[in-house]
Amino acid sequence: MARAAHPAGGQPGTGGDRATAPGPGGQGGTSAPHRQAHPKTVLEAAEIQRALTRIAHEIIERTRGAEQVVLLGIPTRGVPLAARLAARIAQVEDRPLPHGSLDITMYRDDLRLRPARGLGPTKVPAEGIDGKTVVLVDDVLYSGRTVRAALDALNDLGRPLAVQLAVLVDRGHRELPIRADYVGKNLPTSQQEVVRVLLAETDGEDAVLLEPVGGTSRPRRGGVTGSRGGATGRRR
Amino acid sequence: MNRHLISAADLSKQDALLILDTAEELARVADRPIKKLPTLRGRTVVNLFFEDSTRTRISFEAAAKRLSADVINFAVKGSSVAKGESLKDTALTLEAMGSDAVVVRHGASGAPHRLAGWVRGSVINAGDGAHEHPTQALLDAFTIRRRFGRGSGEALDGLRVTIVGDVLHSRVARSNVWLLHQLGAEVALVAPPTLLPIAIDDWPCAVSYDLDAALPKSDVVMMLRIQQERMNAAYFPSVREYSRRYGLDAARLRQLPDEAIVMHPGPMNRGVEIAAEVADSPRSTIVEQVANGVSVRMAVLYLLLGGLEAVQ
Repeated sequence: MARAAHPAGGQPGTGGDRATAPGPGGQGGTSAPHRQAHPKTVLEAAEIQRALTRIAHEIIERTRGAEQVVLLGIPTRGVPLAARLAARIAQVEDRPLPHGSLDITMYRDDLRLRPARGLGPTKVPAEGIDGKTVVLVDDVLYSGRTVRAALDALNDLGRPLAVQLAVLVDRGHRELPIRADYVGKNLPTSQQEVVRVLLAETDGEDAVLLEPVGGTSRPRRGGVTGSRGGATGRRR
Repeated sequence: MNRHLISAADLSKQDALLILDTAEELARVADRPIKKLPTLRGRTVVNLFFEDSTRTRISFEAAAKRLSADVINFAVKGSSVAKGESLKDTALTLEAMGSDAVVVRHGASGAPHRLAGWVRGSVINAGDGAHEHPTQALLDAFTIRRRFGRGSGEALDGLRVTIVGDVLHSRVARSNVWLLHQLGAEVALVAPPTLLPIAIDDWPCAVSYDLDAALPKSDVVMMLRIQQERMNAAYFPSVREYSRRYGLDAARLRQLPDEAIVMHPGPMNRGVEIAAEVADSPRSTIVEQVANGVSVRMAVLYLLLGGLEAVQ
């Protein structure tokens, strides 16, 4: 019966915990006033737009016109980021750029630390990834474990020519030898803090927030609720 | 989700949708060059089949292997069970070998439930007597949802499902009634009175004896197998008469609405409950059901075994 108790982890149709919105109402009313007080806005909507535009140009430059590039977003919030980058590159280069999503749940190294969770979508563009330059897109780079899992997942899908990584926020504290090729913002953080990325597609607004872990509702390693709480910065 | 999957009636709508949505994602693995996920690496799944079964056992085996689990097939013939070992002793033996899940099919209703009390791992019911066969119901629900173009997160609200045939001895019918009802479908049973269980009034479904009246009102027709041993057991006058009244032939197929589908859990008796031309028609989902079975069983194994071990 123990597994009945993961309210956030088992929401059907939302891709499980990965889609859990950090927004208002997520943890009930009592913590909401606190939340208003604590978080510090690190990036505002316009800054996110600018960072993505810059990354799009960097991708074009580094890959010499993005001819053989496929963008794969890591659910939940990497997916809309990949779509936005693809749209920008398509605009500049005047041709569509293939993009999709890559769910890494089945490749995680911490599956047995939490109840089984629902899966996010994996949608690889029809042209596949063989011989392409795959740019993985995620919102926050933290321990590097998500990216390691993504590399394993890619390995089962084909053999790209090269794999690169684009993230909106690099918050440091790597636990694996992984680095990003394109970074929206380098954000020095303490491990006691939580980075929350909000995107219009998933959360109704664009913002990156930094908040002390106690400022939200639950202790950081209380993890059996299965939720990363949308706090992709807590992805370990 | 519970730690075990014994009965479709135990599944909440939310549980059932989680399994179907997970299966929807896992179905894509079948289209990849490498049809394998590392998720259950190092876990052991035992297939414990006290009754003959080909498709269910192979389906579970394929599902476990696609998730990288180790699979032990325990065939009862030629085993210590044939020498008179009890279910409990068999269970304790499996336990000692370190199995993480036992997929069990048994002739006695309730055997998986008993087994669940003896082993530490998960127990998955692959058919017990005339009781339940929950993964079959899940794969049927999955097949219906796909055929009617509904995606992740969507249930079966408003769809009319008619289950025809030997309901009395059918674990498939019982599991389907509970699960499809839970998912919002309207379920109707059609069978001769002799092949309906006594307590049918408690089931969340309509019951009738007239197939021809039910067909125009059905989006899904699920034909149940008439087992050979029942054919001469006086449940109906003759196989021919049964087939006339309750068999799905081409003429009856035409009475169905245009988008309606025909299902059968297999193995079929062509010419008895279903005519060959119906079984082979584009309306029939019989082959799809087999393919979907692997995806759904992967989802069940992943959701029961993939995460944190349940607290005892």
